[in-house]
Amino acid sequence: MPKDSGIGASSKRREDVRFLTGAGNYTDDINVHGQAYVHFLRSDIAHGRIKSIDTSAAETMPGVVKVFTGKDFEGVGGMPCGWEVTDKHGAPMQEPPHPILAQGKVRHVGDPIAAVVADSLEQARDAAEAIELDIEELPAVLDMKAAAQEGATLVHDDLKNNICYDWQLGEADDAKVNEVFANAAHVTTLDLVNNRLVANPMEPRVAVAEYNRGTEDYTLYTTSQNPHVIRLLMCAFVLGLPEHKVRVVAPDVGGGFGTKIFHYAEEAFCTFAAKACGRPVKWTASRSEAFMSDAQGRDHVSTIELALDADNNFIGLRTNTYANLGAYLSTFSSSVPTWLHGTLMAGNYKTPVIQVNVKAMFTNTVPVDAYRGAGRPEATFQLERVVDKAARELGVDPIALRRQNFITQFPYDTPVALTYDTGDYNGTMDKLEVAADLAGFAARRTESEAKGKLRGLGINCYIEACGIAPSNIVGMLGARAGLYDAATVRVNATGSISVMVGAHSHGQGHETAFPQVVADMIGIDESMVEIVHGDTSKIPFGMGTYGSRSLAVCGSAMVKATEKVIEKAKKIAAHLLEASEADIELKDGQFSVAGTDKSVAWGDVTLTAYVPHNYPLEVEPGLEETAFYDPANFTFPAGAYACEVEVDPETGQVTIEKFTAADDFGNIINPMIVDGQVHGGIGQGIGQALLENCAYDENGQLLSASFMDYAMPRADDVPFYEVDHSSQTPCTHNPLGVKGCGEAGAIGSPPAVVNAVLDALNSGGKSVDHIDMPVSPSRVWAAMNS
Amino acid sequence: MYSFEFEKPSTIADAVAALGAEDAQALGGGQTLIPTLKQRLAAPSALISLSGIAEMKGVCVNDDGSVSVGGATTHATVASEAAGSYPALAALAGQIGDPAVRNRGTIGGSIANNDPAACYPAGVLGSGATIITNTREIAADDFFEGMFSTALDEGEIITSVRFPVPQAASYQKFLQPASRFALVGVYLARFADGVRVAVTGASEDGVFRWTEAEQALTKEFRPDALMDLRINPANMIGDLHGSKDYRAHLVGVMTKRAVQACV
Amino acid sequence: MTQVSMTVNGKSVSGDVEGRTLLSSFLRDHLSLTGTHVGCDTAQCGACVVHVNGEAVKSCNMLALEADGADVGTIEGQANPDGSLNVIQQAFQDHHGLQCGFCTPGMVMSAAALLKENPRPTEAEIRKYLEGNLCRCTGYHNIVKAIMAASGQDAGKIAAE
Ligand SMILES: Cc1cc2nc3c(=O)[nH]c(=O)nc-3n(C[C@H](O)[C@H](O)[C@H](O)COP(=O)(O)OP(=O)(O)OC[C@H]3O[C@@H](n4cnc5c(N)ncnc54)[C@H](O)[C@@H]3O)c2cc1C
Ligand code: FES
Ligand code: FES
Repeated sequence: MPKDSGIGASSKRREDVRFLTGAGNYTDDINVHGQAYVHFLRSDIAHGRIKSIDTSAAETMPGVVKVFTGKDFEGVGGMPCGWEVTDKHGAPMQEPPHPILAQGKVRHVGDPIAAVVADSLEQARDAAEAIELDIEELPAVLDMKAAAQEGATLVHDDLKNNICYDWQLGEADDAKVNEVFANAAHVTTLDLVNNRLVANPMEPRVAVAEYNRGTEDYTLYTTSQNPHVIRLLMCAFVLGLPEHKVRVVAPDVGGGFGTKIFHYAEEAFCTFAAKACGRPVKWTASRSEAFMSDAQGRDHVSTIELALDADNNFIGLRTNTYANLGAYLSTFSSSVPTWLHGTLMAGNYKTPVIQVNVKAMFTNTVPVDAYRGAGRPEATFQLERVVDKAARELGVDPIALRRQNFITQFPYDTPVALTYDTGDYNGTMDKLEVAADLAGFAARRTESEAKGKLRGLGINCYIEACGIAPSNIVGMLGARAGLYDAATVRVNATGSISVMVGAHSHGQGHETAFPQVVADMIGIDESMVEIVHGDTSKIPFGMGTYGSRSLAVCGSAMVKATEKVIEKAKKIAAHLLEASEADIELKDGQFSVAGTDKSVAWGDVTLTAYVPHNYPLEVEPGLEETAFYDPANFTFPAGAYACEVEVDPETGQVTIEKFTAADDFGNIINPMIVDGQVHGGIGQGIGQALLENCAYDENGQLLSASFMDYAMPRADDVPFYEVDHSSQTPCTHNPLGVKGCGEAGAIGSPPAVVNAVLDALNSGGKSVDHIDMPVSPSRVWAAMNS
Repeated sequence: MYSFEFEKPSTIADAVAALGAEDAQALGGGQTLIPTLKQRLAAPSALISLSGIAEMKGVCVNDDGSVSVGGATTHATVASEAAGSYPALAALAGQIGDPAVRNRGTIGGSIANNDPAACYPAGVLGSGATIITNTREIAADDFFEGMFSTALDEGEIITSVRFPVPQAASYQKFLQPASRFALVGVYLARFADGVRVAVTGASEDGVFRWTEAEQALTKEFRPDALMDLRINPANMIGDLHGSKDYRAHLVGVMTKRAVQACV
Repeated sequence: MTQVSMTVNGKSVSGDVEGRTLLSSFLRDHLSLTGTHVGCDTAQCGACVVHVNGEAVKSCNMLALEADGADVGTIEGQANPDGSLNVIQQAFQDHHGLQCGFCTPGMVMSAAALLKENPRPTEAEIRKYLEGNLCRCTGYHNIVKAIMAASGQDAGKIAAE
């Protein structure tokens, strides 16, 4: 029976009411009295040396408050990188400066050169046009392999080359890996590209900053997934401001998908300029600006080799990846191709020897950082594509080949640094086979063929590592931040509860799901619990929301804080009931003495906490507790996906006919929200597989610079999805047994789609090994006719 | 956007007069022009809206059976009002952009703009329509002069477009996946005296007639008539969304499908 | 500056605008009706869809002065007179047809225009009609489902959970 409230119930989202009536409060909806507007003059070339910037004409234009260039920021810090990767020789990564406004050079189309603050945005734009630039154009560094060569043009003149780091994970002894491959009965090799993507949350980034001259306090409203991280980075590394004088607010945020994790120059600029101009300063990105200033995602070029023995057991895996970091290190960019990618290369399989090699490259392109899945989709795509290719080469069933190699014993230590706590990959695959009606595929293929279409089935497994932790381990791996989270449970006198959380909700439904947990623990109505998030002046220091961590990490902190509250409330109840604390039970909002009919209601106890007349002397008044939670390990959601496509052999057009996801997310708090997260992830994964392509021309101009050329998935590009999450192996190390579900869909779906297209083509007698994403009609047609 | 004045006359004469001002520009539905202005790619001194001119709106059937569409008629109106009199044209209008774009965008704006991937130019050229302006009538064959370029003079307004109605016609559009304009669009019209085939989306020179296909289909109106015909990929558009070869191939496929839809 | 007057959600309003002022800016900046969102500058995302004289229009792609005298409807005017969610809004909540909520006003306005034109659309008709409304969060599944439900069709039978 589905529950109608509390843990496991599909409670309707309370935040929806404001969004559905136009009463949301997004950053661009915030206007501060007296605000001025900033327009950034951005580079229209990919690489150049700044010889001079003349702002004198611009400064005298109507409405102009102040014009800024890189010179104004010479004494100010640059944008920091939050993860120091150590390369395979033990050296720290090369870490070039990333100024707020370009200094010396411009390094990508969109690199901000100057900023004009004016009374109106159009005046700022007018003045920006009057800035005279003398920039000597330099050859653009774009191709990663060429960029790695000796003598290549340097993106950063002060670095020894364009390689940020040359990193390795897994088996360090090349000879040993070579030996495994030499002794293999079969080796499957695949060259592939993980296409660069633009996250494109529907809300473009916005920053509004104000400075109070009287109190010397700053307030920054920004479209962020993690306001405390922004405050810390901006105060400690960029502007050198005292943290307690800066309040960062991320109000309703219109989607993030990773790209709103990072601290951006525009946020620091507005904060700085608010004081320098003596006026609040607002910046709203246009979508065109977002395309050249939001950190982009993916962009890996890889070769993967899989070695199998004569019985088709996986015996070795080796990958060599070039990962594009773009022109500068965005906040968490360095961790994505390494600790979020290499560590996932074992996938669901017990391959004993794995070696992962990654060269991370600087190029004259927009910085690349985490995008939904971050590293894990890149790993999964390589692995699941090579397994699929191996199955085709060997003429074996792709599901059987996977099952044969599944990890079945847990906990399992992978050769690439992780310990999977639980999982049941065969169980999840069983669910998939039923949910996707794989038995009926042959008949569906016949039907498609009767219409002149080729039908293909693509299968894919994935493993994900969510809730990256614990802090002490990630610290050893180079993280410059902790990865815990925090929650404060504040019980009001009348029994209602405000929970201040470090996680941030920008679509994930925390305002609904989190109260389900607290209400369930106490046995009160969900409506009595409210979540407060997104404002550093209200919430404890938390790390925000990314990496499918909110419930697993912040939710755990909330559970701990609620447990402390309950423990204290029990003391008060024991006093009121004149019983021993050990005998007090809490159920359905009533404290009772075990084995008696004596009870006192939650509301009476909470009132007593704040009106402590009849009160235990040894207990402090009030009822409010904070907990920080640092997980012992990652969580490991896993799943199996099936995609069925039809290919039009005349045009190469691919349509998704059926998509089924079977996921193991451990325990589930709100199934409706979990389904929605999976749907959204699949939508983005299908987008990556079929449509989305962030491409640059040979001069570093962005070819897909607007929705006119960057193909976003639309309603008629996707089908209804079948989602099954009844396979559940609860996480063993967090109190809720939850694993995280935010990224799964985006990780598991691209290989399923591509595998399906290749199955379709091969079923039609075309021998095609691989097509790079996006698998556009043009590419499919070319592959069919090559 | 740069600053500009706005005027909304209610007659063609007033609009023509207003367009006489230096750098004044006509505003149809704004669906192309406004995004262009946002990028500051144009700086008109004034926009003269044509949306208030009643005589430029609507679809009507003329005595000779031809169908006239007012220059300021929206795509949505053509999609519904021409459905009986010229169904293929109505279907084309119904495939332009999305519903909200169709509620504003106009036929005059579309063909004046002559985007190389736009739908209407194919419909107008494929139908052999006549473009009527405030000063003259221009045959479709003389109107389109390469991408974003037409026979219109400065300040000249398309007041209506007159379409002879073919025996059968079909527009086959293969979507560019991002913009949803035509990656390749083929408008085929079969008249008593011959077949016309106009292709959009494909060529560096904008909309064009595929004369070999016209001749072959005029001789023999069946899909197989196209079997041995190939478009030369050399002056096709090659971009992120499709190579030159692919576009050339699609022209053949879409033309064949248009024939199939007509028989 | 020119004066513009129109009816917005049943109320007469007016204001002084420039020729270049967009309807979306007039609604957001002059009338503080910030429920209408702006998600792009190429008229493709549909976050800004409002009704002008009953028709769905992208308010980012229409000059405010073009709407002089018009009857404009925005998301703020969609709820029932008693403030409760209307049928479409309620269906979006019931079927989780929104996540971050940014595309939602445009989705609801487009859905309303669709159902006015076509009270019982098929799945394919809904998907086609939403061509000009992008959503990055939901993968569209629950949006389509919500619109089917709002048109009185049994959404549970149509789509799997
Ligand atoms: C999201 C989106 C999707 C689209 N998809 C498609 C598509 O699939 N296929 C397609 O064909 N188009 C598409 N379009 C373009 C759309 O059809 C436009 O409506 C059309 O191209 C321009 O018409 P308009 O009335 O909006 O003209 P405007 O944008 O107002 O004007 C365009 C140009 O024409 C001039 N002009 C306008 N009216 C006249 C007139 N009567 N006489 C002389 N000159 C005039 C203007 O001065 C301007 O130079 C799309 C647009 C958008 C925003
Ligand atoms: S803001 Fe209007 S369509 Fe994107
Ligand atoms: S709900 Fe976030 S974009 Fe649609």
